[in-house]
Amino acid sequence: MMGFIWFWLVAVMIVGYVVLDGFDLGVGVLHLFLVRSETERKATLASIGPVWDGNEVWLLAGGGTLYFAFPLLYASAFSGFYLPLMIVLWLLVLRGVSLELRNHLDLGVWRSLLDGVFGLASALLAIFYGAALANVIRGVPLQPDGYFFLPLWTNWQPGVAPGILDWYTVIGGLVALVALTLHGALWLTIKVSGDLEQRARRIVTPLWLALAALTVISLIATIVVRPASLNNYYHYPVTFIVPVGVVASLAALWFWNRNAQPVKAFLASSVYLFFMLAGACWGVYPTLLPATTGAANDITLTRAISGPHTLSVGLAWWTFGMALAVAYVVFVYSRFKGKADAATVGH
Amino acid sequence: MNAELIHRLHFAFTVTFHYLFPQLTMGLALLIVVLKTIALRTGLDKWDRAARFWGRIFGINFVFGVVTGIPMEFEFGTNWARFSRLSGGVIGQPLAMEGVFSFFLESAFLGLFLYGGNRLSKKMHWFSAVMVFVGSWISGFFIIVTDAWMQHPVAYARLPNGQFEVLSFWQLLLNPWGLLQYAHNMTGAVVTASFVMAAVGAFYLLEGRFLSGDADYCRMFLKVGVIAGLISTIVVIFPTGDLHGKYVARNQPAAIAAMEGLFKTETGAGIILMGQPNEETQQIDNPIVVNDALSFLIYGTTKAEVKGLDQFPRDQWPTTLPLLYYAYHIMAGLGTYFVLLMLGAAFLLWRGTLHRTRWVLWLLLISFPLPYIANTAGWMTAEIGRQPWLIYGLMRTSEGYSSMVSAGNGLFTLLGFMGLYALLGLLFTVLVYREISHGPEPKEKAAVAAD
Repeated sequence: MMGFIWFWLVAVMIVGYVVLDGFDLGVGVLHLFLVRSETERKATLASIGPVWDGNEVWLLAGGGTLYFAFPLLYASAFSGFYLPLMIVLWLLVLRGVSLELRNHLDLGVWRSLLDGVFGLASALLAIFYGAALANVIRGVPLQPDGYFFLPLWTNWQPGVAPGILDWYTVIGGLVALVALTLHGALWLTIKVSGDLEQRARRIVTPLWLALAALTVISLIATIVVRPASLNNYYHYPVTFIVPVGVVASLAALWFWNRNAQPVKAFLASSVYLFFMLAGACWGVYPTLLPATTGAANDITLTRAISGPHTLSVGLAWWTFGMALAVAYVVFVYSRFKGKADAATVGH
Repeated sequence: MNAELIHRLHFAFTVTFHYLFPQLTMGLALLIVVLKTIALRTGLDKWDRAARFWGRIFGINFVFGVVTGIPMEFEFGTNWARFSRLSGGVIGQPLAMEGVFSFFLESAFLGLFLYGGNRLSKKMHWFSAVMVFVGSWISGFFIIVTDAWMQHPVAYARLPNGQFEVLSFWQLLLNPWGLLQYAHNMTGAVVTASFVMAAVGAFYLLEGRFLSGDADYCRMFLKVGVIAGLISTIVVIFPTGDLHGKYVARNQPAAIAAMEGLFKTETGAGIILMGQPNEETQQIDNPIVVNDALSFLIYGTTKAEVKGLDQFPRDQWPTTLPLLYYAYHIMAGLGTYFVLLMLGAAFLLWRGTLHRTRWVLWLLLISFPLPYIANTAGWMTAEIGRQPWLIYGLMRTSEGYSSMVSAGNGLFTLLGFMGLYALLGLLFTVLVYREISHGPEPKEKAAVAAD
């Protein structure tokens, strides 16, 4: 029971991270080719200025929760995905610093470089996150002692000894890139105004078409790479609500964006991200990290879960702390409600 | 090169660089609250502008602290997997609590403090400064709890699979080692912030800027910096450093012997002020000693016996012993200098002559990097002193690193971090220097004045 609870608590933190940091990653990607002037760029960046570092806290809090609730999974996955995680860290550093620098310094030509770094790092992060999730679904070459080490690529085929990148995980990366860029575009339709708002709204259409196609491709690819991911769904047919939710949220997103209801469209996109992630989690549950080297090596919930005292101690403060955290988040977002104020960008 | 050394250097390098930023933000958060409170009490706008100025510097440090801090949490898993697998149930808790209780709070209210100035009432703006302070100090607390458990494990049990688990939430948080270390460490952070603030005040004064009535920032910064500096430099030694040192002496006797360079057990042991530890001959070369002082400091009597390294088997001696000895002596030596400097500056401030005494202003200005060195040396003392243990008495460092990550892969990312952080250091210096040379006046006003 504790295992079930903590599995979904960690999943909730991951969803929280993807939905929140997702839009500022998307804005980072979009600002490269959507804005036409320095004023527009400032407005774009002001829309994420007060919140982006708070959004990244979800990654830290989620990582910490994973750490104490499933130490074996944390230790195994973090050392096994060593190289891509380090690259993610470098990208997070570059992204945060380039945003901070461009806001503080009037650097002339260097500013374009910083904007480029910020946009590129945002795009690569989205791709890496998608590829990471795809790696978890596909499985990794776990040894009996619970450890593995993945090179960045091998022969680009999912198999017994794959790399971080193969054709399947690249699809995962593209889904994440397009989904988060779309998510960011919808955020902009809420936060900016005028011509820029119109452009953000228009770019949703091609992104939506690409995302719909990629969603279908990724679902088919997942069934090909890991047929067992449908087992839970057949076992509990009611959970087919998840793919239905994916389709419904995509449709709602389209509809509300068309009708210029940006907040609702953004929420639909959040729901889409939630269902995609929940669907992936449910597809592997109760395995946490499948092994390509045989199911005996799988890291399962029961194998990875912490001791009972740890979890009951954890549940008490976690519930209290996250209630507080959600209150802060709601408070901050309500304070910065409405169109972003470009004048505040250079604090 | 062996993998253990690479993983140790990896963590040591990234955490040392990281801690350059939080030590300022934690101390500065307190001083910003002081400035905001004066602004609220007096109603004078200049104190508010001063607080906003330091808020901008805080903001830059905060961002660099965040981006260099995220790698720290990852590295427990990436570089220290075997350690994390066994200890995650215990130290994963305070690390997760830091995120949940502190970072959400801190980032939320920092956003309000920095960006919400026009949207908030004065009281609310003051309140967000207080919450940033609370958040950053809670954050420090959970990190200390994590480290304290590795230094002095409490409230744990071992599961059949070897994993540690928490038995008591409160005992974990109220680990006596942690409380002492926290008090000592946070005062150390205030020392850094005070020195930085006093140095900026001295800088403006020496430059002849911001001297006049409603913008006499040089005097304001000097005053707050020197007063906070005097209090914190004393408290960091007595009682916090003193108590913490005594606790270390009782619980990690081998560490204290190595820190002090005490190879042989002595009754009435002296304190070595200077000298070079010689591991081959097991003595201190060129020593300058204060007789009986060590016995007195640890046990309160000059005749007490202090255990030397000869009392411990060689495989329990801290590894890299000379580095430990030097780190400790650098910390203690600088700490003594800080008190003397701040006593002198405070005396001149009280007499009203500090702003005219240029050589003291110069000393205040050029001394600002020293607390960074002292804080770093203090952490090195704690962490090298714990060796050869990763969890004191329970798990050796050689049993903790990620065995799947080869030395080559580890070195690849270590070099990557070194390159990236060198760049970061340069950019940071440029950003902060620009902010300081611009000064506390609002940007528009300064532009008008320049015309």
